[in-house]
Amino acid sequence: MISPWTTQILPPAVVLVSTLAAIVIFVAGEARQRLRIWVNLTAALLKLLLVVWIGLEVLAGTTFMFRFELLPGLELILHADALSILFASLSAVLWLVTTVYAIAYLEHSPNRARFFGFFSLCVSATMGIAMAGNLLTLFLFYELLTLTTWPLVVHNGTPEALAAGRSYLRYTLTGGVVLLTALVWLYGLAGNAVFTPGGFLAPLAAAHGDALTLIFVMLVAGFGVKAGLIPLHGWLPKAMVAPAPVSALLHAVAVVKAGAFGIIRTVEDVYGLELVAELGMRLPLITVASWTIVIGSLLALREHHLKRRLAYSTVSQVSYIVLGIAVGGLLATSGGMVHLVHQGLMKITLFFCAGIFGLLLGVKRIDQLDGLGRRMPWVSGAFTVAALGMIGLPPLVGFISKWYLASGALAAGMPLVLAVLITSALLNAAYFLPLVRRLWLNPPGTLVEAPIEIGRLPRLALMSSAVATAALVVVLGVLAAHPLSPLNWVVKIAQGYAP
Amino acid sequence: MTSAVFVLVAAAIFGLGVHGLLVSAHIMRKLLALNLMLSALFLLLIVVPATIDGRPDPVPQALVLTGIVIAVSTTAFALALMVRLFRKQGHASIHPDIDPRLLGRKAPSKANKTAQGDDR
Amino acid sequence: MTPAAQLLIGLVFVPLSTALVAVLLPPRRRRWAVVLGGLAWPCLLVPLSMAVAREQSVVMVFGGWAPPLGIGWRLDALGLVVLWVHALAGIAALPSAWRRFDPDLPESGPFWSLWMILATGVNLALLAADLFNLYVALELTTLAAVALIATDDGIAALAAAMRYLLLAVLGSLMYVLGVGLVYAQTGSLAMHQPGIEALNNVALVLMLTGLMVKAAIFPLHVWLPHAYSNAPGPVAAIMAAVVGKAALVAFWRIWFETAEAPPAQLADFLGLIGAAALVYGAIAAYLQPRLKMVIAYSSISHFGFLLLLLPLASQQAFQGAGFHLLAHGLAKAAMFLAAANIVVVLGSDSIRHLPGLDKRMPLEAFTLALAGVTLIGLPPSGGFTGKWMLLSAAWETGGWFWLVLIVLSGLMSAAYVFRILALTCFHPARRAVHHLHPRPPKITSLAALTLALLAVVIGLYPHPVLDLLGAGMPGMVR
Repeated sequence: MISPWTTQILPPAVVLVSTLAAIVIFVAGEARQRLRIWVNLTAALLKLLLVVWIGLEVLAGTTFMFRFELLPGLELILHADALSILFASLSAVLWLVTTVYAIAYLEHSPNRARFFGFFSLCVSATMGIAMAGNLLTLFLFYELLTLTTWPLVVHNGTPEALAAGRSYLRYTLTGGVVLLTALVWLYGLAGNAVFTPGGFLAPLAAAHGDALTLIFVMLVAGFGVKAGLIPLHGWLPKAMVAPAPVSALLHAVAVVKAGAFGIIRTVEDVYGLELVAELGMRLPLITVASWTIVIGSLLALREHHLKRRLAYSTVSQVSYIVLGIAVGGLLATSGGMVHLVHQGLMKITLFFCAGIFGLLLGVKRIDQLDGLGRRMPWVSGAFTVAALGMIGLPPLVGFISKWYLASGALAAGMPLVLAVLITSALLNAAYFLPLVRRLWLNPPGTLVEAPIEIGRLPRLALMSSAVATAALVVVLGVLAAHPLSPLNWVVKIAQGYAP
Repeated sequence: MTSAVFVLVAAAIFGLGVHGLLVSAHIMRKLLALNLMLSALFLLLIVVPATIDGRPDPVPQALVLTGIVIAVSTTAFALALMVRLFRKQGHASIHPDIDPRLLGRKAPSKANKTAQGDDR
Repeated sequence: MTPAAQLLIGLVFVPLSTALVAVLLPPRRRRWAVVLGGLAWPCLLVPLSMAVAREQSVVMVFGGWAPPLGIGWRLDALGLVVLWVHALAGIAALPSAWRRFDPDLPESGPFWSLWMILATGVNLALLAADLFNLYVALELTTLAAVALIATDDGIAALAAAMRYLLLAVLGSLMYVLGVGLVYAQTGSLAMHQPGIEALNNVALVLMLTGLMVKAAIFPLHVWLPHAYSNAPGPVAAIMAAVVGKAALVAFWRIWFETAEAPPAQLADFLGLIGAAALVYGAIAAYLQPRLKMVIAYSSISHFGFLLLLLPLASQQAFQGAGFHLLAHGLAKAAMFLAAANIVVVLGSDSIRHLPGLDKRMPLEAFTLALAGVTLIGLPPSGGFTGKWMLLSAAWETGGWFWLVLIVLSGLMSAAYVFRILALTCFHPARRAVHHLHPRPPKITSLAALTLALLAVVIGLYPHPVLDLLGAGMPGMVR
């Protein structure tokens, strides 16, 4: 049995593990590379173990709660409910994999201490978001996420990177400002309120309906900036100038998922879907998610730069999560939430592969993908698996999420949503299949840059990262019925929200 | 009322001081103008709250005495500062683009004009 | 007189006597005397803080003569907070001053005594319980500050000092005129004037305008950028931390205590001026080509921010503004100390020389980053705490305009802070700085870093300060 003190200390411990790692990395300096590798890997493993431990305890029914009074009447709360564990475990697993990838990828880069330091801080912030127990805590770690990801975006120091960083700040800080206003307003109306399944604002609806509607719009907008809802997505394609591990992390885990997670918490644990519908916000939310899905895919079609195409694909895919939440009902909510995990896995695989192509072969554009299947079969294979998953081919994980979303749309009586999903699937095929075709069926083209030679160990690390996540894309799809699969975990969560 | 005369005189002196402050470029003139304004102020302070029960009120007089002391020491300090500034830059004005010939001096050399303050 | 009241005397007389002793000592001993004095008077703050926490204020009256004829000193929560800023910033600036004002340099002669005289003036201004005492204290502070700026001995510093002096005298003029009118109206010079329905508006405006000059509120701020940026490093740190704030504290005290029911339109008007200062300072800070000028204009912006207390005028707003005073004072002092070290090593503070700073001077870069986080008001720093309290106060009084303004202020500060951070840490070092001067001792960097850390950490544990401020809003405490 677990002691009460442990239930208090574990949530902050999960957050602080990588903070400590970051401090050690910064203080140790640029030269201590082996120490840095050890610290990174140990911290990542430790974090994963802690999350698994908490997860098992949550499964057994233990509650975790850490409260800290920040201001009179305002508390910082870290807890661990099933949804927290979902996001936290995704982050922990993917952080471990990305750490391995990044160590290999940045083998010859300058400023690695700075990179890994902020990398660790970024994951701390993500864990804080996952385990936040009220809106204030979520907001706090959300802003910390902005602060810690900016140095990663501008890491290269080139004028494009700095411009991308400025754009990133403009979007995210403005979103933060909107969130802060909404937060102050909400706290003024409702006091210090904790995340409650089904929401806690229903009693206020009669008196303050308009205020609550406006606050909802502001919250969704503030979170939507990071989640890439169109038209707040402008920073995302520009941020592709960052090194590949950053793009992988930002687009699979940290920033976009944090935004989506914020929207999930707002709809499910602050307002409750019923109140959202009552305020007339359900349909607008579905609409915004739908047009983001469609327009994002259309914009992806136009891109010839590989990473930017993947970026627009992310914009489109993350809105599946929002769509699922907004449609509601057990099936759609499950589909949306599980896509948090599934899309993360698929996208990170795609970015890993794009990064390897870019680093080793100088491949930046789509037309340079010709014939790479022969040169780098494993990496191309992983890319193919992930791309097919994104299209929704069974039995890959992408199919699972889309199936649940589609069933949920039908169950909720929204055939238009089904139409959106089908359109999106077709568009996905339209912009992913050509890539797959180029990889395997086109004769190899001439390369722009001569291939770079890197050591065997880094090469192995890079490739195994990509292959590992691709394998997960397959395994988690095939074993989706297993009691410990993300899908079943998500169904349990959704049952808590939508019986 | 005689106090009205004093108030008017104080106002006039004050106005002269303001004019001098705004118009002059030379620091010495600005200091003189400020001193005029201070004198007007002290006059006003003596005159306005003048009596308690027919006897002179000591508090404003104490205020004015303190004020005069502060004015004197400030002026002395300002003069010292002005002299040092003059020795450094060849003219006594704090307007960087003033034409020194307006002050009756030759144009200073470029070497004197550093615009960056540094710690050493 | 209670024991705590006796300690109040120490706050003024320890620095004063240190200054006098320092004048008499040979140069090498002088430094030691002032360091001792500078470390001694902050020790008095510990028992005084406990006394203020218990009783809400500590009062002392000289010679047993009650005001309005006698002189009284009063230490309340607001004064205590600023005294702590003064103490911490002063201690942190000592290593930098020790190195900068080495006895062998000619200008270090007067510096040490002047440092203590400035401390005397600031402490006196924070303790003053009547309007004229305040005037004397502010004059003393101004003269000492001007002299300290002039110790730099370059033309820019001397011109900045002269401009500051002229403007400060002008401000004092207006202030004294206001005081005279108040006396004519009420027959008393005490800050708390019982029994009058409304203070003569002309008097109020005059006093406030005079104080605005001293606190460098836009548009009467013109002396500040050049004064702060051309002053020697430790001087700029102390000035940014307390000198302007002492005038601002006086401003608040007069508004809330002396003029018990000031007209609401005046409050709104002053709030608008604060808003203008906020915006102007932020825009100007973004455009500056020198680091110290960026920090100076940032101060102008934040002083404007603090003026927003006037239209909001509630206990919660006061707690927020007071807390912001604390956090901002610490952060600004830290930034100026870091900037001082940067100037020593690179030879100038031009932003063209900043790229690559995170490699050459990582501690200073980190200090700037941490202090910047507080200035922006990102959680969980001290700046956020102050901002949140003000936001809640604005929401409760229905001041939507102020709420949006406060929220946007964070964004405006973020613009110039991130500009500096991008230049410092992420621009490639395009232009090699030809000659790197020898680094100052590490303790100067660590002192600055500690201040910046404190500014962030107080955000995590704000309760003691907030409770203290909550009970001690001027106008509520006698």
